[in-house]
Order: sequence, then structure tokens, then C-alpha cells
Amino acid sequence: MDFIAIFSIFILACFVGYFVVWSVTPALHTPLMSVTNAISSVIIVGALIASAAAGSASSKWLGLAAVVMASINIFGGFAVTARMLAMYKKKER
Amino acid sequence: MDFQSILSAAAGEHGIAVNPWAAIAYLVAGVLFILSLRGLSSPATAQSGNRFGMMGMTIAVVTTLVTHVPWKTGDATNSYVGPDLVGIAEILGAIAIGAVIGIVMARRIAMTAMPQLVAAFHSLVGLAAVAVAAAAYLNPQAFGIADAAGQIYTVSRIEMGLGIAIGAITFSGSVIAFLKLNGNMSGAAIMLPGRHIINLGTLAAIIGLVAYFTVDQSPWVFWTVTGLSFLIGFLLIIPIGGADMPVVVSMLNSYSGWAAAAMGFTLGNTAMIITGALVGSSGAILSYIMCRAMNRSFISVIAGGFGADASAASSGSTEQRPWKPGSADDAAFLMSQADTVIIVPGYGMAVAQAQHALREMGDLLKKEGVTVKYAIHPVAGRMPGHMNVLLAEANVPYDEVFELEDINGEFAQADVAFVIGANDVTNPSAKTDKTSPIYGMPVLDVEKAKTVLFVKRSMGGVGYAGVDNDVFYMDQTMMLLGDAKKMTDDIVKALNGGGH
Repeated sequence: MDFIAIFSIFILACFVGYFVVWSVTPALHTPLMSVTNAISSVIIVGALIASAAAGSASSKWLGLAAVVMASINIFGGFAVTARMLAMYKKKER
Repeated sequence: MDFQSILSAAAGEHGIAVNPWAAIAYLVAGVLFILSLRGLSSPATAQSGNRFGMMGMTIAVVTTLVTHVPWKTGDATNSYVGPDLVGIAEILGAIAIGAVIGIVMARRIAMTAMPQLVAAFHSLVGLAAVAVAAAAYLNPQAFGIADAAGQIYTVSRIEMGLGIAIGAITFSGSVIAFLKLNGNMSGAAIMLPGRHIINLGTLAAIIGLVAYFTVDQSPWVFWTVTGLSFLIGFLLIIPIGGADMPVVVSMLNSYSGWAAAAMGFTLGNTAMIITGALVGSSGAILSYIMCRAMNRSFISVIAGGFGADASAASSGSTEQRPWKPGSADDAAFLMSQADTVIIVPGYGMAVAQAQHALREMGDLLKKEGVTVKYAIHPVAGRMPGHMNVLLAEANVPYDEVFELEDINGEFAQADVAFVIGANDVTNPSAKTDKTSPIYGMPVLDVEKAKTVLFVKRSMGGVGYAGVDNDVFYMDQTMMLLGDAKKMTDDIVKALNGGGH
């Protein structure tokens, strides 16, 4: 993809992010941080590409290390978010 | 022209030979991440939001695994051509190791330790970004960002340089934030002489070297940028004090997003770019909200040092003023006689783990017909929404918990304001005293309640900002001195005693 196309997606996504995040209720700001933490580990995509590529052993091991780190974040982030969100309960009437 | 070829044409020529179906899958993942954050607009939809996030991540990971299978092409010693089974096992093993560690951490962590956990997770995103950028630098052809001669494309060099710089800053900054939040390192602002000059110089060197990287891709440029970025991350966070941590944690959250976005540019991957932009803006907005809640500019928080010298300045003018001590029995009696009690929790409640005792107290009061509400200041605690999570953990219904602007008008009608572990966020001098370091910060109007019960460890300590709080000395204030949890437990006992 050429740079301008990618840059356009990026800018539009910033605006989407801006509006979506303002609509998040302040009570959920901690889960917001933990879930954004988990999804920013989509960087695992780059780590997987590096681990699968032939040609450089050090590149491959860096990739594998990044896979471990990113998946700690992915599984940990989603799990702790789920744990927190399960605690938010409405008043029983 | 069939669909497949339209997609192939759209996928373009620059970057990795993009499989059009993979490109669509990444886009779907990106959209699911947007829906994931959208779900957090209400506690009722939040759990489905989290599931959207998991679906998006699954799609992104599976797509990458399927389109990037490690492949053996055969060589002199081994003529095998096909999937590299050892390579596949290594990758799946790496994911499994991360999954076990992550899930165990998520299960075991105490809710009061959430800020540390989030900081630790941020550091991992940062370090993973550094590792990916370094891997891409060492093997650029695999990422489709270099020509046949191994020259990395100019635009990719900038993206990679920014990615590694932001990633490294995120990592080292988060490590310091973690150590401060976890108590391994003093939460006080640590000031280095000449730090502004050192920081600005380092920052300028990083920017200059990233620019130079576009004409010279030698290893020393790349690794110097990496090293300097690690350094500036440490230097930036060290002078920032504990109560400014909500801003720092949000800021690092934002950085982790920008790091992911920069790597997304390198790889031409829409899922990473969309996610990076979402997370980047999310962290930036949270930082803004936190700064606004303290009436401080982002620059002044980053410059650091808040609260380091304020206590010295105010100690000269502090005189002994009379204040009224109270006991748990007094507090229990006053609250059981009230119509409305507003509870104001702060970081001290988290430190003392008093949230469960507090909920029990609230339940007993409700049984007596008292209306109980909770008032949360945006910067109460060490990260955005910290108090809300702790109250939710203690089974306080979220519709009894109110934000500053929604409840501030109600203090005037409240019989009791019960302040537990908070101080600066209730200080009326923020509204009146122009010389106060917290002047202009929005505060909870606890002084308007008929009675203020103030749970505090001792009269000696001042709040983080180092300013005395006039609320302590008002006629209608009763100081309940002691550990927040023990005091609350005693009040619960007194309420249960029913002797009043």
C-alpha cells in the first residue's frame, strides 16, 4: 500500500479513536486502559512475521521474544479486563 | 475483472506482497477493535466490547500465522521443501508461554495493584515494539521494506526509527512508573540537576539521528537511537511524583499506541495502524482528562517535580489550629442519623484496602434508611478510574458511584461527607487561594455538607501537593485519625452494635 493511503487510514482512525474514547464512561477508564493495552499488542503481527522469516537468526529470535511479550499482554490484558468488567454490577432493585 | 484481481490491484505494489484476503481480515480486526472500545461506553455493554477485542486479536493473529508460515526451501544438507515444523512449533510455543504468564498474572493480581500491572503491560508493549523494529532492521527483506541490495526504503527508515524510539521510551518509562507504583522506588519526585537541558539535548539527538538514519542505515545510528531512547524514557519519568502517576500511566498508554502505529506503517498493516491510532488517542485523551482534573498543563506534569518543594514553602506559615477529633462510635452515630451520606474515597482507601469494609458500612447505613452515594474525583488513585474498579470489586453497584461534576451539587444537601484516604481533591483552597499550588483544580465541595468526617492517618501529614486543608479545622469537621480500614471496620462494628 502506498504511504498516502496508509496515512489516510491512520488519520481517520485517530478521529474515530477521539470520538469513541470520549464516549467511554469515566467509571470504565481503568478497563479502557487494560483493553487498549491488550489491543496495542497487535504488534504481535510484526513479531510473528519476524519469527517466521528465514534469513536472519537474530531477527528470528527477537521476533520470538516479541511474540512472548506481546502474548503476555494480549492474554493478560483481555483476561484482567474481563475480570474487572465482571465486577461492575447494577443495584439490585 | 474478478473480485480477487480488484483486491490485488487495490493491495498495491509497495510493501510486502499483500494477500488481499489477509488485508481484508486485518481491516475487519481493526473494525472489531473500534467496536471493542465503543462497548466501554457503558458497563452494560462493556463485556461484549471486550469480546470484540478478543475476536479482533484472534483474526489478526490467525491471519498472520496462516500467511506467514515458516518455510524450508531446502539447502545442500537437507533437500526438504515445505513448512518448517520446528519453526511453527517455536512460534506456537512462544504464544503459549505468553498466554500462561499473562493469564496467571491477570488472575492473581490484586485490584489495588492494577496501576502497577498496567504499567508492566505497557513496558512489554514497548519492548515488543523495540524487538520487532530491531528484527525488521536486521532482516528488512522479510518485511518487504528493502530493495534487493538490502537498502531500506527511506520512508520505512523514518517509520522504523520512530517505532524504535517510541517503543524504547514506552519501555523504560513504564519500568520506572512500575517501580514507583509498586513501591520499589520512592514515589517522590527525584530531581537531577540540569535535567531539562539533558532531556532536551537527548531528545534533539534522537530526532537528529532518526533524520540522519534516512541517509545512513549503519548499525551505529540505529542502536544509538535505541540506546538514547531507553535513556530518555528513564529520565523523563524519574522526576515525576506519585500523584502525577495517572497522567504518566495514561501518557505511556498513548505512547504504546503510537509505537504500534509506527510499526503498522512499516508493515503496511491496517490492523496495527487502526489500533495504534485508537490506543494513541485513547491515552492522549485520558492524559488530557487527568491534567484538566488537576488544572495543570501537560507540559508542567512532564517537566516533573510537582510537590517536591511545595511542602517546604508552606511549612513556614503553618500554625497550630484547633481541630476536633472523633471516634468510630461518633461517626457511626452521626451517619446512622443522616438522610444522605456521600463517601469520598481516595488513594489512601486503596493503600489500606478499605473498599470492602467501606461497602459493608454503606450496606448497614442503607439498611437504616440512609441514602449512600460515592463521589469520585478523576485523579483519585493512581490511574484513571482506579477508585471505580476498587468499589466495583467490593460489590458497590456502579449506579451509586458518581463523577465529580454529577455529584458536586449534592454536597450542600448532604448530611455527612465521609472522606476516606483523599485530601487534596477536597481542599477548598483550590477555589479561593490563588497562591495555592492546587489553585484552579476542580475539587469536591465536601465543606458544604452539614458534617464532614475525615478519615486520615494522622494530623501531621499533608496531602501530596504539600498544602494544608482548611476542611480539617472547620467546626462541622470531625477528624477520624487512624488506618482507613481499621477505622471503617470499627464504624461497621459500632453500627452493628446498634446501641444508639
